[in-house]
Amino acid sequence: MADTIKLATREAYGKALVELGEKNEKVVVVDADLAAATKTGMFKKAYPDRFFDAGIAECNMVNVAAGLSTVGFIPFASSFAMFVAGRAFEQVRNTVGYPHLNVKIGATHAGISVGEDGASHQCCEDIALMRTIPGMTIINPCDDVEARAAVFAAAETEGPFYLRFGRLALPRLNAEDYKFEIGKGVQLADGKDVTIIATGLMVNEALIAKDLLASEGISAKVINIHTIKPIDRDIIIEAAKSTGAIVTAEEASIIGGLGSAVTEVVCETVPVPVIRVGVEDKFGGSGPAVEMLKIYGLTAANIVEKAKAAIALKK
Amino acid sequence: MEQAAKKQLRIKACKARMGIIEAVYSANSGHPGGSLSIADIMTYLYFNEMNVDPKDPRNEDRDRFVLSKGHTAPALYSVLALKGFFPAEELKTLRKPGSMLQGHPSMKMTPGVDMSTGSLGQGISVAVGMALGAKLAEKPFRTYAVLGDGELQEGQVWEAAMFASAKGLDNLCAVVDNNNLQIDGTVAQVNSPYPIGEKFKAFGWNVIEICAHSFDEIEAAFEAAKEFKGKPTVIVAKSIKGKGVSFMEDQVSWHGAAPNEEQYNQAMAELHAALLQLEEA
Repeated sequence: MADTIKLATREAYGKALVELGEKNEKVVVVDADLAAATKTGMFKKAYPDRFFDAGIAECNMVNVAAGLSTVGFIPFASSFAMFVAGRAFEQVRNTVGYPHLNVKIGATHAGISVGEDGASHQCCEDIALMRTIPGMTIINPCDDVEARAAVFAAAETEGPFYLRFGRLALPRLNAEDYKFEIGKGVQLADGKDVTIIATGLMVNEALIAKDLLASEGISAKVINIHTIKPIDRDIIIEAAKSTGAIVTAEEASIIGGLGSAVTEVVCETVPVPVIRVGVEDKFGGSGPAVEMLKIYGLTAANIVEKAKAAIALKK
Repeated sequence: MEQAAKKQLRIKACKARMGIIEAVYSANSGHPGGSLSIADIMTYLYFNEMNVDPKDPRNEDRDRFVLSKGHTAPALYSVLALKGFFPAEELKTLRKPGSMLQGHPSMKMTPGVDMSTGSLGQGISVAVGMALGAKLAEKPFRTYAVLGDGELQEGQVWEAAMFASAKGLDNLCAVVDNNNLQIDGTVAQVNSPYPIGEKFKAFGWNVIEICAHSFDEIEAAFEAAKEFKGKPTVIVAKSIKGKGVSFMEDQVSWHGAAPNEEQYNQAMAELHAALLQLEEA
């Protein structure tokens, strides 16, 4: 399934915006002086009249996007996850979420894989924050194909979206003809002993973990949850029933993220052990992205360990 | 504007004030002081300035209004009811469960409300986005926003101010309701935004300073704003908090308190008397 193509989801976001901009003239982009990094600079180059730089003022940027949406445009508002979901949280909550406006937030540089910039720029809280906003759709793609599909799906679907992209180049996992459906988890491998439910760059680690587990005689089901809200309850409930143990894996805080979302579903329906792999109530730090992912346990090896622990907890 | 038309505006503004008192009294909560201080400007906007149609509240070409100081929703609701967006009876449901009239404006619930507001500093940014959208779509509509003077303490106001002038949004007109009072005291005591006009000027705005209770000055300001090209306009309107109800005037205690029955009766009696006087003039 995997091939050699590697691309950051932020890169796919920039490319998708250009493609989308050509098809739909209602698509506009606002950024906050990070267009080169968020990759919205590609859109700026292609459609300078539909690109607006708010400067280093994320709160205003989000609300300008809200205003643009009320006059019929489809604004994508971009900055690093830390600033658009963190600094501008209340703008997103009150002026995008509450009136349920058609604003698409393109948050890049999410998670620890920001790397050298360190803790101030490594946002691990965004999923938790965005999950609390009623009506917000949250998509955290695992590769460039899914990122592109998410951008198109967001533009075609009325309402607020939080699209979460990363800085690190990731291996392509999906075929070009991949069918993306908002709110539908994707089973990537079947198994009977444990289910690994992963999102974003941890999907690839989950697939590696599945092979490692197989070599030890453990059969793991792997599910990619690209849409964290609304979450695919059915696929989670089925996994809980059929494997009786779950490990979640995400490049975000284990508090309030995918791990929490899965746990909520499981506890209220089919209570089975769930162990969460993610950033464990800590701030990030400076270092090369891949090294930081290892330091914070965002690896296939840690998933393997937690999978065994989850199986051991089965009654 | 003819004198007869101005008389009608004064009458409407007085009725708007009665609606504010009625609503806040019914709710037994809300913000009468800052609602009364903008009653004249709100009346002018909806009856003499903006292109809006109560029968078609979502018309794409309508002028847009954002009440950035969202807590003074009673003024907006009262004027919208007068204009015919919904029956005046609804004012008595303010802040009650299931009411279309939320404590702060909700665009999803109230006909005629163009933006949900309440968190200070945010509305002006949205108005900027609307004005930018009008330019981009090459639509002739104008966007209006009313801010409080205390609201100017929110940093986002100045993010919006910088952006609006940088983009040359001359289709945007902001009004600062300069009643000089906020919850904790006078705006100067709390954290002075003065000099307000100078600040906006430095941010690249066309600045007009007026008395918020003179329809002559209000008319002249909005007319001048429409003529001015290349920059957004801010009208700094010196107002009296609680204007029109004697015991509420210039009293910070009436920022966010509802009148009791006796105070309600007195306020309504004063406004009725003022209405009679206006009608007979």
